[in-house]
Amino acid sequence: MSDALVTIESVQKIFTDSKKPALDGISATIQPGRITGLVGPDGAGKTTLIRLMAGLLAPTSGKIRVDGLDPIHDAAKLRESIGYMPQKFGLYEDLSVQENLELHADLRNVVGEERSATFKRLLDFTDLARFTSRLAGKLSGGMKQKLGLACALLGQPRLLLLDEPGVGVDPISRRELWKMVQELIDQGITVVWSTAYLDEAELCRDVLLMNEGKLVFYGKPSDMTSRIRERSFQIRQISGSRRQLLARVLRSHEVMDGVIQGHNVRLVLRAGAAHPNLHDINAGNQAELMPVAPRFEDAFIEALGGGPGGESALAQRLRPVTGETNTAVEAVDLTKKFGDFAATDHVNFTVKHGEIFGLLGPNGAGKSTTFRMMCGLLTPTSGTARVMGIDLKTSASQARQKLGYMAQKFSLYGSLTVKQNLKFFSGVYGLRGEQQKLVVNEMIEVFKLQPFLDTAPNTLALGFKQRLALACAVMHEPRILFLDEPTSGVDPITRREFWTHINGVVEKGVTVMVTTHFMDEAEYCDRIALVFRGRIIAAGTPDQLKDQASTPQHPDPSMEDAFIALVQAQSNEAGS
Amino acid sequence: MNKIVSFRRLRALCRKETLQILRDPSSNIIAFVLPVVLLFIFGYGINLDSTALRIGLVLEDTSPEARHFADNLYGSPYLQVTAGLTLTEMEQAMTAGKVRGFVVIPVDFAEKLKRPADTAPLLVITDGAEPNTANFVQNYVRGVWNGWLLQRAVERGEAPPADIAIESRFWFNSSAESRNYIIPGSITIIMTVIGTLLTSLVVAREWERGTMEALLASPVTRAELLLSKLLPYYVLGISSLFLCVGVSVFILNIPFRGSLLVLWAIGTLFLGCSLGLGLLISTVLRNQFNAAQAALNAAFLPALMLSGFIYEIRSMPVLIQAFTYLIPARYFVTAIQTIFQAGNVWTVILRSGLFLLLAAVFFIGLTALKTRRRLE
Repeated sequence: MSDALVTIESVQKIFTDSKKPALDGISATIQPGRITGLVGPDGAGKTTLIRLMAGLLAPTSGKIRVDGLDPIHDAAKLRESIGYMPQKFGLYEDLSVQENLELHADLRNVVGEERSATFKRLLDFTDLARFTSRLAGKLSGGMKQKLGLACALLGQPRLLLLDEPGVGVDPISRRELWKMVQELIDQGITVVWSTAYLDEAELCRDVLLMNEGKLVFYGKPSDMTSRIRERSFQIRQISGSRRQLLARVLRSHEVMDGVIQGHNVRLVLRAGAAHPNLHDINAGNQAELMPVAPRFEDAFIEALGGGPGGESALAQRLRPVTGETNTAVEAVDLTKKFGDFAATDHVNFTVKHGEIFGLLGPNGAGKSTTFRMMCGLLTPTSGTARVMGIDLKTSASQARQKLGYMAQKFSLYGSLTVKQNLKFFSGVYGLRGEQQKLVVNEMIEVFKLQPFLDTAPNTLALGFKQRLALACAVMHEPRILFLDEPTSGVDPITRREFWTHINGVVEKGVTVMVTTHFMDEAEYCDRIALVFRGRIIAAGTPDQLKDQASTPQHPDPSMEDAFIALVQAQSNEAGS
Repeated sequence: MNKIVSFRRLRALCRKETLQILRDPSSNIIAFVLPVVLLFIFGYGINLDSTALRIGLVLEDTSPEARHFADNLYGSPYLQVTAGLTLTEMEQAMTAGKVRGFVVIPVDFAEKLKRPADTAPLLVITDGAEPNTANFVQNYVRGVWNGWLLQRAVERGEAPPADIAIESRFWFNSSAESRNYIIPGSITIIMTVIGTLLTSLVVAREWERGTMEALLASPVTRAELLLSKLLPYYVLGISSLFLCVGVSVFILNIPFRGSLLVLWAIGTLFLGCSLGLGLLISTVLRNQFNAAQAALNAAFLPALMLSGFIYEIRSMPVLIQAFTYLIPARYFVTAIQTIFQAGNVWTVILRSGLFLLLAAVFFIGLTALKTRRRLE
């Protein structure tokens, strides 16, 4: 199309320090006055593509035109018509809101009356007028995001490039930002929005779905989801373990993909496949198969070649944990203060043996702080953390032997090889000699790490890093597994694979605690606690929490709807 | 169209930088507290004047002359003499660091003394592992020796021996207090820390926090980016320089004989080198930790060890001596010590200034070349 604002023609980008192209033959157009989503997991090439459009990187081959200009040769001219918000928003945290705005206004030559009018308009728009003298570093994630947007909007850009604006921000701010962006579209601004959240993709007008530098799909998101129309179902009223049912169902050839959704199991069938017989898969007498709306994620999984299946080789090797009756994990009035800031504020919960308990909340809510106290890595300011009845304050090392911990970003030794990492972590947990060798070899087999034994984890793809990190956390057969943001940024197939393992080990009696900021991932848990600003605002099974948010107008809310409703209910209570 | 330098943008960037400096406690500490602390440490803590050097004495001759000279050694306020050991024992004592050197008065001391044309009847062995101390031992012993010869000649009514007509007198630092040259030298260290370490950290921080990316996507030009980093830190560095001079002169009572204008000019050139190097490091490395390591190795350590500020360049191996000519701090040390102690000695100042100018142009030029308007 000739009237496109951005044209991308077979663009390839290879960074000098890697052989694999970051972008491999991307061709697409971005139409004016619309929102186009750049969607994909980490490492898909979203940021690289945005930087190419902003003229911050030069393509290795291929051609890009933005507003009729070459982003490299006509850089100076182009910069006057684009607004760019990098990841982490690009704000000076030691400058106030006003000072950040003034800096960007000066840089873009917004002066005189236009300047004061623009400031007023943007401050109203972002609702930051009350905070102009506050340092940007002291703003909440959502407010930083809005300030970043305001800075990018100075100078009235025609094209607005937003790099992962929604990452880790609480769902309320995410929705507000989305509304603001809609207003901008109405004013005729073209928006490119990159995201790893597949549910955000469904809201975009057009989507460039990317994976490992390649374009998987380009077009309207509904065109993508309609590919799997009438193939998405939920099995409801299940009797017996829904995890075992999921494993059985995934064995059948008709099923392309399946996940746990609260008490139900969600399935996507292969094209042209017959409905699975609920009796054959032993779903129970009351079980029913209900058609549900297809999701963008389902279509993505199909485009990537289907789900990974439901068998966990890890769980098969694990000895079942038996004879545990008491509570596995317990937090009593757990509080951690950093200076006068309470990262967690009187947090209470208990986790029973053999369940998956999730802490769900945006970045900075206090999930990781809670976790670190539960593992004995941080000492609580007040309150008690107990694991298997052991108080972590008094005997942390005794408790640690019984738990496995997978930290955020996988904390592996980047300069040791994969095999050395396995040896090291098994050694740390006291495995020696023949037994150590046996366990390490098992892990290599289970997680298919054989080809990478002499590679350093730093150079591995995110999915393999995740596998290795899980292997390192389970070698000593812990009774309790702590997983801190284990699936952040990985593609949906790898995420499925990971949860297959988790479902498997839970079936063997291991207790799992997990943190996540993916709202839909919370549905895989038996029970979840919603964490917001250091406090637990609600806890229960996913279905219970969703029921609390259910209204006659909106009978089937998503986890995100539930979260927003519960946060608002809380603040209404506090306000009244 | 986009000008190379827009005054409005440059002013906005400099203002931003200044606010950041003022609000960042670590910048303030590095720029204003650290210099004063360092000056006091260098001023009072480090003293290269050795009082009561521990030396040994091996007295092999028992003649009255030998005893008399030994008494003079005992009587020197600068020496603390250990005697009563044999030559081998004394060697061991020096190896063990118990003495810094020793004097051997040989068996034929009195014999040789009678024939002044013959070789020196005294053997002084010093611990060369610490050349500075070794020099002191040698000089103090020579001082006692000359004094003794003079005294002896006067007592006997003879003309003084020819070699002691050489009288050493310290010019420019007549009290020979090391503080007077260490403190101007230590200002070099402070300038290096501010110029290179601080700047390399701030630019790397912009990369780490993603603010550089936001700047690069705006109409900012390369020249503006560069100037906005140079100017505020130049002002900071020069203020710190004059703060140091003030503290040195008024609190530590170091004499200042040159002109402030000359000091300002030399300081400007040296800051140009330091800032240029700091910017170059962070532009290339873009990571605070690596930048700090590089700044430490490329600027701080050479300024400390190879500038001649503490360690005498002439006692270094020839290769290293040659290498010191490449270190801007060396020229600044020479210049600032000269300005403090000797005044405006133009040959020294112009020579140092010329080199500093070249180095500043080199580093800033290289930074300008390496500064990209893109991310790679």
